[in-house]
Amino acid sequence: MTRTGAIIVGLGAIAAIAAPFFLKPFGIFLISTWVVLTIAAIGLNLTLGYAGQISLAQGAFVGIGAYTVALLTPVGVPFFIAFLAAGLLCFAVGWLLGYPALRVQHHYLAFVTLAFTTLVFLVLRNEEWLTNGIYGITGTPRPTLFGWKATAARDFYFLCLCVLAVLSLAIWWMLRSPWGRAFVALRENPIRALSLGLDTRRYTLMAFAIGSSLGGLSGALHAPLVQFIEPNSFALGLSFNLLLMVIVGGSGYFFGPFVGALIAVLLPEWLRITQGYYLLLYAAAIMVMMAFCPSGVLGLVERARIALVGRRKEPATSTLAEGAGP
Amino acid sequence: MASFIQLLVSGLATGAIYALIAVGFTLLWQTSQTINFAQGEFVMLPAFFVLGAMNAGAPFWLAALIGIALSIVILGLLFKVVIVDPMLKYGVLPLVISTIALSLFLKESAKDFYSSQAQPFPALVPPTDVHIFEAVISSQSLVVLAIAILTVVALNLLLNKTRVGRQMQATAQNPTLARILGIPVRQMVLYTFLLNAVLVAIASILVSPIYLAKFTNGETLGMAAFIAAIIGGFNQVRGAILGGIILGVLDNLSAAYISSQYRGAFPLIILIIVILFRPQGLLGRLEERTV
Repeated sequence: MTRTGAIIVGLGAIAAIAAPFFLKPFGIFLISTWVVLTIAAIGLNLTLGYAGQISLAQGAFVGIGAYTVALLTPVGVPFFIAFLAAGLLCFAVGWLLGYPALRVQHHYLAFVTLAFTTLVFLVLRNEEWLTNGIYGITGTPRPTLFGWKATAARDFYFLCLCVLAVLSLAIWWMLRSPWGRAFVALRENPIRALSLGLDTRRYTLMAFAIGSSLGGLSGALHAPLVQFIEPNSFALGLSFNLLLMVIVGGSGYFFGPFVGALIAVLLPEWLRITQGYYLLLYAAAIMVMMAFCPSGVLGLVERARIALVGRRKEPATSTLAEGAGP
Repeated sequence: MASFIQLLVSGLATGAIYALIAVGFTLLWQTSQTINFAQGEFVMLPAFFVLGAMNAGAPFWLAALIGIALSIVILGLLFKVVIVDPMLKYGVLPLVISTIALSLFLKESAKDFYSSQAQPFPALVPPTDVHIFEAVISSQSLVVLAIAILTVVALNLLLNKTRVGRQMQATAQNPTLARILGIPVRQMVLYTFLLNAVLVAIASILVSPIYLAKFTNGETLGMAAFIAAIIGGFNQVRGAILGGIILGVLDNLSAAYISSQYRGAFPLIILIIVILFRPQGLLGRLEERTV
């Protein structure tokens, strides 16, 4: 990371910590939503941006995670056990789904994951004995940690932020490791990666399963944040939204999901004045962006930086250059 | 037995509509590698064109023709020129994202500019029942089936018996070779987009009297078209027809005999099984173009 990059990230972190002290409750709810969505989008970015596979199942994994926590905590399981269980369960389900599904790739994978999301929705809606069907589950308690209660909105926000920070560092470390390099290699040139002796299918599967478990962890925070979950929140719409977040932010950029989720959370609020036309404008903006800059907002920033400063040896966040290296 | 025949015929009718949508979907994929995630919304929209024309005072037959014409211009020509052409150079993924955004855009347009309420849509024939071997079959199902079969036959004649149709097939199979043989490849690709627009408009006029014209119609129809195309074979027109019919019949029979709650799940399970064990589809060939 360059020095400018580090400064920007540092400023961003300070802003994220300071923000709740200046915001009204609804504002705190919004930034908490941003944190939760970012975690899910980071997971999807692993699958899409690094391993190059379109997944439309991330929303379903968020749902599985949310229901895991909402069902386990009322029967006395401590939040953090339930939180880890949500991640592990989604890792396992992701592995089981990905193992056969990654035999086929690209658009086929998109359809398999799309089918999976709809199946999960149907199960959540129809199995009323477990999930309470369309009536949903209310009042998932917010956790207590070593006597510190994260029940107030601001405290819970900081809890989410801590989780985001830990997970980001873990993913950052993973992408720097030979593993992460392998992910990028198989996106940039799968055939070459294969010929260099990488077990491409296993690495893709790992990327998919880890991405899924992040979806689950995000859902595990979603349930106590919103305190009301119902199947419709995790239908196909959420998966599409998460996919668009990753794309809008810049897929394959480490900070892409942060930016994409921020836009997805704030834009509807800013575009309130346009009333019902918000989604129309959002969709149109995405189509325009895909036509002119398919690498997303961070891709635009990168382009502007190159135009202003000229190309340096080490791009701030681009993984394209990293993939070409080893 | 009588109810079985009823379910079978209405399943065939829905299946035939799915087949029309799926055929257009596979045509676009074959000639330009476009996976149109907005195909369902393409079927939802022409019904609103027709309703708009009728509101302006046109009789139904004229409104239907206007609907088809608008569909050709907007969903065929404009879609190709404005959305697909600038994106093709980036490969498959950005175009997929763009069509996902387009589906959202079309859905919201129909909602914001027409109505968020389901609109009644005129039936092609007055709703009477026909009795065949004790089974009561609605005349609407029979008309839908007849029109869908006619459309498919006409499409097959066009693709197999005319010069343009064969050129289109050649373009689909091997664009480079087609270009060397002097076939105007770009024009042929454009024709498939126009053809798709006609197919979705016909499907729209057939399906809307049954489902009513509603902005969310595209979700289920689009999904049905994907599944039909994949079950039958992504690269075969007759595969998409077979897939559509299997899907329609299966949907009806499973809802009646197995579980109506999980009605939506059976096509998905079949989809997953087909993708895992026969990814090229029931009638498809393996593709050997990615390297």
